[in-house]
Amino acid sequence: MNRLDIQKTYKLYIGGKFPRTESGRYYPINNRKGNLIANVCLATRKDFRNAVVAARKAQSSWAKMSALNKGQILYRIAEMLEGRKEQFIAELIVQGETTKNARAEVSTSIDRLVYYAGWSDKYQQIFSAVNPVASPHFNFSNPEPVGVVSMIAPEKQGLLGLVSVMAPAIVGGNATIILASETKPLSAISFAEVLNSSDVPGGVVNILTGKKEELISHMASHMDVNAIVYCGNDEKHIKMISELASTNVKRTIFYRRNDWTHVECESPYFIEKLQEIKTTWHPVLV
Amino acid sequence: MRNHDTDTTFKASWKYSEAPESTSHVQIKKQYDLYIDGNFVKPVKGKYFDTINPSNDQKIARVAEATAEDVDIAVKAARKAFKSWSNLSGRERGKYVFRIARLFQERAREFAVIESLDGGKPIRESRDIDIPLAANHFFYYAGWADKLLYAFPNRNPKPIGVAGQIIPWNFPLLMAAWKLAPALATGNTVVLKPAETTPLTALKLAELIQQSGLPKGVVNIITGAGETGASIVNHPDVDKIAFTGSTAVGKYIQKATAGTHKKLTLELGGKGANIIFEDAAIDQAVEGIIDAIFFNQGHVCCAGSRLFVQESVADLVIRKLKHRMESLIIGDPLDKNTDIGAINSKKQLETIQNYIAIGLKEGAEIYQPKCELPKKGNWLAPTLFLNVSQSHKIVQEEIFGPVLAIQTFRTIDEVIEKANNTPYGLSAGVWTQKGSRIFHLTQNLNAGVVWANTFNKFDPTSPFGGYKESGFGREGGLHGLKPYLKFE
Repeated sequence: MNRLDIQKTYKLYIGGKFPRTESGRYYPINNRKGNLIANVCLATRKDFRNAVVAARKAQSSWAKMSALNKGQILYRIAEMLEGRKEQFIAELIVQGETTKNARAEVSTSIDRLVYYAGWSDKYQQIFSAVNPVASPHFNFSNPEPVGVVSMIAPEKQGLLGLVSVMAPAIVGGNATIILASETKPLSAISFAEVLNSSDVPGGVVNILTGKKEELISHMASHMDVNAIVYCGNDEKHIKMISELASTNVKRTIFYRRNDWTHVECESPYFIEKLQEIKTTWHPVLV
Repeated sequence: MRNHDTDTTFKASWKYSEAPESTSHVQIKKQYDLYIDGNFVKPVKGKYFDTINPSNDQKIARVAEATAEDVDIAVKAARKAFKSWSNLSGRERGKYVFRIARLFQERAREFAVIESLDGGKPIRESRDIDIPLAANHFFYYAGWADKLLYAFPNRNPKPIGVAGQIIPWNFPLLMAAWKLAPALATGNTVVLKPAETTPLTALKLAELIQQSGLPKGVVNIITGAGETGASIVNHPDVDKIAFTGSTAVGKYIQKATAGTHKKLTLELGGKGANIIFEDAAIDQAVEGIIDAIFFNQGHVCCAGSRLFVQESVADLVIRKLKHRMESLIIGDPLDKNTDIGAINSKKQLETIQNYIAIGLKEGAEIYQPKCELPKKGNWLAPTLFLNVSQSHKIVQEEIFGPVLAIQTFRTIDEVIEKANNTPYGLSAGVWTQKGSRIFHLTQNLNAGVVWANTFNKFDPTSPFGGYKESGFGREGGLHGLKPYLKFE
């Protein structure tokens, strides 16, 4: 007996909800044989701006949640992803990955989430300092999230790339707006479903699909975005982002690597890049 | 207490004798050339400009104006020196930097006097703050040179290369020390440009570096204005730009270095909130307000230029503040009694006066103490503005002068909201006796430095730098090494 498959409608993920793009525009994703798998939203500047509003609203309360709590939520994402492993492997294969690579990408993504979950209450101690000032003051420096971060996810690994840049950002208390891989966007939206069932407050991670050429300039120039992470090696993009970022002294982080598999692609320094250092002074003489 | 509060006859009942610091031991040449590759050389185009004493309009010396050609020669010298300097052992590198720190200490008084002559700041500040801190900065970073592997374990830290460093006129020598000390300790070579209105102490520092025996070309000090700075920023063989100055210029530099390999750190403007709660030790808080805004004539990027006073104590605080301002001594920067010196330049004086005019036009209420200002030179009475709101220009924009905008607040949430509602994020002050309130505030204020029950304190071990449009990167402490290193 033949049964007709139910296909998924891939939408955006903004503020914990799954809206369609306000523009109604889409672009098709085909499988290797050229058959349509999905029509994916072509997000606009307006969608991005809505996502920034959602991220800003969510950021401070997310940052204020305890480190332990954030760690448990990241671990929860890993649990949810583990439970839906087969779905993600299948989706990667449909988008053109080999079975072997797809399996490896999903397992690495899960392990990477667990890795960063463990950092949630540790990186602070690595990057903090008590400073032995010469005057009678107690003085300490500690990391704080930079705030709202726009991210252009790696192109080649639709799931692992996104997870590798998202996890260190959010474990550090930031809220993000992520533009998914343009050619492999499906895993990003399915991953949003995982996030949505993992106690990650709405707005902490917002995921858009669309064209880099259309969206990067807005992601780099928005005045309420504190930092931008760009994954890729298009030097034109890098220059444009750096120039536009200067309008509000945005922090710029560029990752030129293509492959996010290796163990060097995870470290507390990925967290540190999206932290500010705050120094507090207080007199000790009474 | 009450008598003291209402006493406005302070001036009449006390008279200070003049106590000028001697200038007899100070050696200033009539003309200064560029310090490149271990020698003082004439600028290629042969142009010079005058540096003026802002307290009496007198010319102090003629200083070379470096053009793009000179910048190129300096960068080449730094590039040539980089190989052997970066290959020197950390231990030996550190010893050079220690030696510079010691030479500084020996000549501290001379440097202090020149700093006050050239920049207009009170000798009390240059003698007790600027110069000792500068010397200590070299001493602190000298010790890091052979310990970098402990600062960044398993990361194989390496120097970046040639650093172009551009510094402002408000703390000329201290900013030079902030830039040079970590750069040298980490094995970089440097082209440094002091501000055009305050070049002298950097040039005296060049003499000192020459005497120290530091290898030629490791430090090059060139003078000039904005164009010289732009030539450094745009030179293709500079690997790192460290800039301290205005946010507008910082944005220009960030844009100019876009798409290049240059690493960048920016320490830019600020509009610091100084917050006084009703339970604060009020007399100490008033002293803190004075330090926060009138230190160095308010030419301080981290100045507490927005005062927030809890409504219940606002009248008392403002009355005491006005009273305290009556006893501030404004005048000769070389007089040891002086609290407030000269405004650094005619141009800056005009900028500040323009903001005062805007404040008046926008309907704010002004207060300035009765004080006699010297006839010659650039002078401005310390100024308060009352009845202002968040929308006033004098509340939003950095004035970089002795002008304080005062607002009141009722609740802690309200004051956090107001304090953070600015594109800047450099500093903040909190005055309260309640510990939990201090920690709540320091966790919620978007500022790189929070001073609780104190203000405008600095130390070589203490990281300093901004959030948001106040720049990125830290100077001071272990964190201050990072901008001068690359990691594998």
